[in-house]
Amino acid sequence: MTIVYDDRGDEETQDVPVRRIRFTINGEKKIAEVEPRLLLAHLIRQGLRLTGTHTGCDTTNCGACTVLVDGTAVKSCTMLAVQADGHEIQTVEGLATASELHPLQEGFKEEHGLQCGFCTPGMMMAAKALLDRNPDPTEEDVRWALSGNLCRCTGYQNIVKSVLWAADKLRSQAG
Amino acid sequence: MSQAVDEIKIGGIGASRKRVEDNRFIRGKGNYTDDIVLPGMLHMEILRSPLAHARIKSIDASRAWDIPGVHLVLTGDMMATRNLAWMPTLSYDTQAVLATDKVRFQGQEVACVIADDPYIAKDACEAIVVDYEPLPAIVNPAQAVAEGAPVIRDDKENQPDNVIYDWEVGDGEGTDRAFASADLVSKLELHYPRSHPSPIECCGSIADFNRSTSKLTVYMTTQAPHIIRAAVAMVAELPEHMIRIISPDIGGGFGNKVPVYPGYVCSILASILLERPVKWIEDKTGNLISTGFARDVYLKGEMALRRDGKILAVRMHTDADHGAFFADAQPSKFKIGLMHSAFAAYDIPVAHLTARGTYSNKAPGGVAYRCSFRVTEAMFFQERMVQAAADDLGMDQAAFRARNFVADDDFPHRTPFGFLTDSGQYGKCLEVGLKAIDYDNFRQQQAEARTRGRLLGLGISTMTEPLGAGNSREYDILGIKMFDSADLKVHMTGKAIVRTGARGQGQGHETTWAQIVAHELGIPADDVVVEEGDTDTAPFGMGTYASRSTPVAGAAIAMVCRKIRAKARKLAAHLLEVSEEDIEWELGRFYIRSAPDRGVTIQECAAAAYSNMPDGMEPGLENTAYYDPPNLTWPFAVYIVTVEVDPATGVWDVLSMVAVDDCGVRINPMIVEGQIMGGLTEAYAMSNMQFITFDAEGNCIGSNYMDYLLPTAWETPGFELHSEVVTPCPHHPIGAKGIGECAAVGGPAAFVNAVLDALSETGVRNIDMPLLPDRVWEAITYRRDVSGAPPVRSDE
Repeated sequence: MTIVYDDRGDEETQDVPVRRIRFTINGEKKIAEVEPRLLLAHLIRQGLRLTGTHTGCDTTNCGACTVLVDGTAVKSCTMLAVQADGHEIQTVEGLATASELHPLQEGFKEEHGLQCGFCTPGMMMAAKALLDRNPDPTEEDVRWALSGNLCRCTGYQNIVKSVLWAADKLRSQAG
Repeated sequence: MSQAVDEIKIGGIGASRKRVEDNRFIRGKGNYTDDIVLPGMLHMEILRSPLAHARIKSIDASRAWDIPGVHLVLTGDMMATRNLAWMPTLSYDTQAVLATDKVRFQGQEVACVIADDPYIAKDACEAIVVDYEPLPAIVNPAQAVAEGAPVIRDDKENQPDNVIYDWEVGDGEGTDRAFASADLVSKLELHYPRSHPSPIECCGSIADFNRSTSKLTVYMTTQAPHIIRAAVAMVAELPEHMIRIISPDIGGGFGNKVPVYPGYVCSILASILLERPVKWIEDKTGNLISTGFARDVYLKGEMALRRDGKILAVRMHTDADHGAFFADAQPSKFKIGLMHSAFAAYDIPVAHLTARGTYSNKAPGGVAYRCSFRVTEAMFFQERMVQAAADDLGMDQAAFRARNFVADDDFPHRTPFGFLTDSGQYGKCLEVGLKAIDYDNFRQQQAEARTRGRLLGLGISTMTEPLGAGNSREYDILGIKMFDSADLKVHMTGKAIVRTGARGQGQGHETTWAQIVAHELGIPADDVVVEEGDTDTAPFGMGTYASRSTPVAGAAIAMVCRKIRAKARKLAAHLLEVSEEDIEWELGRFYIRSAPDRGVTIQECAAAAYSNMPDGMEPGLENTAYYDPPNLTWPFAVYIVTVEVDPATGVWDVLSMVAVDDCGVRINPMIVEGQIMGGLTEAYAMSNMQFITFDAEGNCIGSNYMDYLLPTAWETPGFELHSEVVTPCPHHPIGAKGIGECAAVGGPAAFVNAVLDALSETGVRNIDMPLLPDRVWEAITYRRDVSGAPPVRSDE
C-alpha cells in the first residue's frame, strides 16, 4: 500500500519494510508489495478489491474469510499475506464462470442456505474443500466440515441441504 | 383478450419464491459497509477502556499524533468543546461518546485515531497513554442498590444512587385478593443472562462530509436509517435535509444495529473536521463488549392456583441491569419494554408486574435481540413458571397449559396487563406439537429409561408475542410514532419499484415485498424491484427490528398497491369506455362485469397512465402509503424438545425438536421457515452455551468468539417444522403476523424445561441459562438450584 503523509521536516525517513510476493488468485498471476504484517484477508479485500471474502471476527472463529490455498480451506485472517508467496488462492469470486454458477452457488439459492449472506462465501469455500476431497459426503460429514464457519441466520439445516444439493449435482455432472 | 394471472406462477403470496438478493450474495458481490471504498478515505480506530470503572486522571496522545499517517486523534475533551462528549440515548438518558470524567464499563470508548490505514490507526491507539484511578465495579443489581455502593452516574444531577426507574403495571390490589383465595401458590426465581445479538458482521460507518455541498452522507450498518438521520440531526446539529443515511447490505442485525454508537458519531465528526471520508469498522471484541447487549434481567414471580389447575393470578418482579447508560432501544412509554406481554396466551384474570432498573459497570444499550422489546424474557419466565406450577399441582405439563389457554372464540382477548391479543388457535397448535413429538409414547420411554438410570426429558414452551409496533397511540421512539411506509412507482411498461421505510438484514425483503405487490396488483414479482435503506429515496419509516417489517411496512405495501389499483381502475374504465362502477377486478386484470371477456391488464393501465390518460387526470402511476397499525399482531407457537442428559458429565443432547408456528398468512413459506430455523438455533444457543458474564472487577467474559460460544453446524440440532395451523391476523391487510423472532423468544424455555424435566427426581427447580455441563452436573450431584448470575464464581 502507498502512504503519503505530511513532511514536517523533523521526521527521519523511515523505510517501511515491504516484501514482494508472487501468487495466483482465481487463476490470475499477481505480484504484490506488502508489509510483512499484512493479513492475507486484507490483501484480498483491500489490495485486490475482492470483497466477497469477509472478515467477521478477530480470532479465527467465524470463518467468513475462508478461502482455498492450494485447494485447502484456510481462514485468510489467520495467514499473513507473505505466507501466500508462491501459492494459489481461490476466493468466492472464482467459483462461477461468466455464464455459469458453481453447483454450490446454485445449491445455496435453491435450498435457501443463506439469509444476510455475510457468512455465505466462507461457507461455500469450506464446502468446496470438502466436496473436492469427498464428492459423496453424509450429512454428518458436511456438518463436521462446516464446523469452523459460523452462521447466525439460518440454523445451518438449509446450509447442509445446500451442500448436499451441490454434491448431488456435481456427481451427476461427473457421472 | 386478457386473463387473470395465476398468483403462485407470478410469485405472489404463498409462493416459495427463490430469493432475489441471493444472486449477488452467492457471487461474493454483496455490498456491505466495509466493502465500500471512497476516494481519499481515511480509517478510524477506537481506543477502549481496559477497566470497568475508573476516574480518568490524564490522557496523553502526543505519541499517537507523531506517528506518520495519523491525521487526527479525538479525545473526550475535544468532543466536549463541540458539545459532543455526550449524546442522548433512545431511552431519554445520556451516553458518553468519548469518556471525559470516568470510564464506566470495560470497553468504553476513550479516544479515536484517524489515519491513512487501519493498521496505522491501531498502532496509534496503542501509543495513547491514559492514566486511570480504578474505582470499585458493580456487576449486578444487588450490588447497585447495596448501601454505600459507588454512584456510577455521578455526571447526572438528581441521581443520588444507581436506580434508573421503578415502574409497575397491572392491578396490585386485585392480584393480592386473588392470591389470598388461592389453594396453592407456586414460586420461581431466575436470571436471564446477558447475551449479545452478535451478527457476524460488526458495526461500522463511513462518514463523508462534503464541504462544497454541505451534505453529510453516512454509509452505516443500521437497521433504522431514518431514526439515525433524526438522531444525527439532533446530536450533530446538522440540518436534516443535509444528512443522507445509506444502509447498504447488512451482515445480520438481530437488534444490535438499532442504536446510535459512539463510533458512528466520531466518524462523522472526523469527516467534518478533515473533509475526507472516514471509515470505522469495529472489531469483534469492540462489538461484543460495547454495543447493544440483550437480556440481563432477574425475574421472580409467583402464580396463584386453584386445585383444579386454574391460574387465578400472577405476580412478577424484574430487576434489569441496564449497564452504565440507560440506552435501551424500546418504545418510550414502557420502562421495561413489553415485559408485560408475559402470560398473554393464558386466560388469567389479574396480574401485577413491578420493575426496577439499575446502572452497573457494564456495556449499555439493551436491545431487542431477535425479540419485540423484552418479550423474550417475558415468555421465558412465563413458560418456566407454568412448568413449575404444573409440577407443584402434580398436573401434566400439556394438560395444564391446555386448561389455561385463551379459547379460540375469546378473541380479541384483553390480557391482565392490558394488551389486546387478536387471534389464535392455541389448543390446536399444542395438539399438533404433541402428536408430532409422540407425547404419550415419549413419556413411556422416559419412565422406562429412568429405571435404567438414563435421564430423558421433554420440555414444552408456548409463546404469543406482540409484534409490529406501533400503533402510534402507544408506541414511539424519542417521540417519533412507530408507523411505517411504502412508496410504489409503476412504470409505463408495467414494471415497478417499491421502497419502504424498513431495512432488511437477511429477512429477504427484496423477495417478499415484490410478492405482496404481485398479490395485490397481479404484476409478476420478477417485474418489481425493491429498494430500502437510503433516506434520500425511501419514505420515512422506523426500520426493521422487533419483527415489525411485515406487520407494518408489509401492510403499507398492500395499502399503497390498493391506492394504485384505485387509480388503475379509472384508467381501465377509460380504456374500456365504460363507467368505473361497471368494472370488476381479478388478479392482474380489470374487466367489464357484463362482458367478462372484455378487459385490460394492469400493465395496459400502467401504459395508459403515461400515454393515454383521460382528460383531467393527473399522469403517472405512483403513490405512497403510511400505515399506522390498529394493533400489534399476535403470532402463536408451540415448541417441544426432547433431550437426554448424561448424569456423569451434565452434558445434554437434543433428541428431537418440533416447532408449530401460527404466524397467520405466510407470504413466502420458504423464507418463513428459514426465519423459524434461525430463531430456534439462537434459542438453542442461549439455553446451551451463549452468554456474557463478568468477574468481580467488571472484566467482560465473552468478549470474543473463543469465550462467547455460538453453536456451529456440528452442535445445532435438526428441527421439524409444522405449518398446518394458520390463523390470519384479522386487522392486517393480508392477514400476516410477525415471525422473525418467535422461535428465539419461545424456544429457550423448551430446552430448559426439557433438561429440568429430565432432572425432575432431583427436586431441582431452576438452573440458570446457559445450561452448561458444569451447572447441570452440579444440580444433579448436589440436588440444588444453580445460579448463573455475575460475578462469576471463583474456582477455589
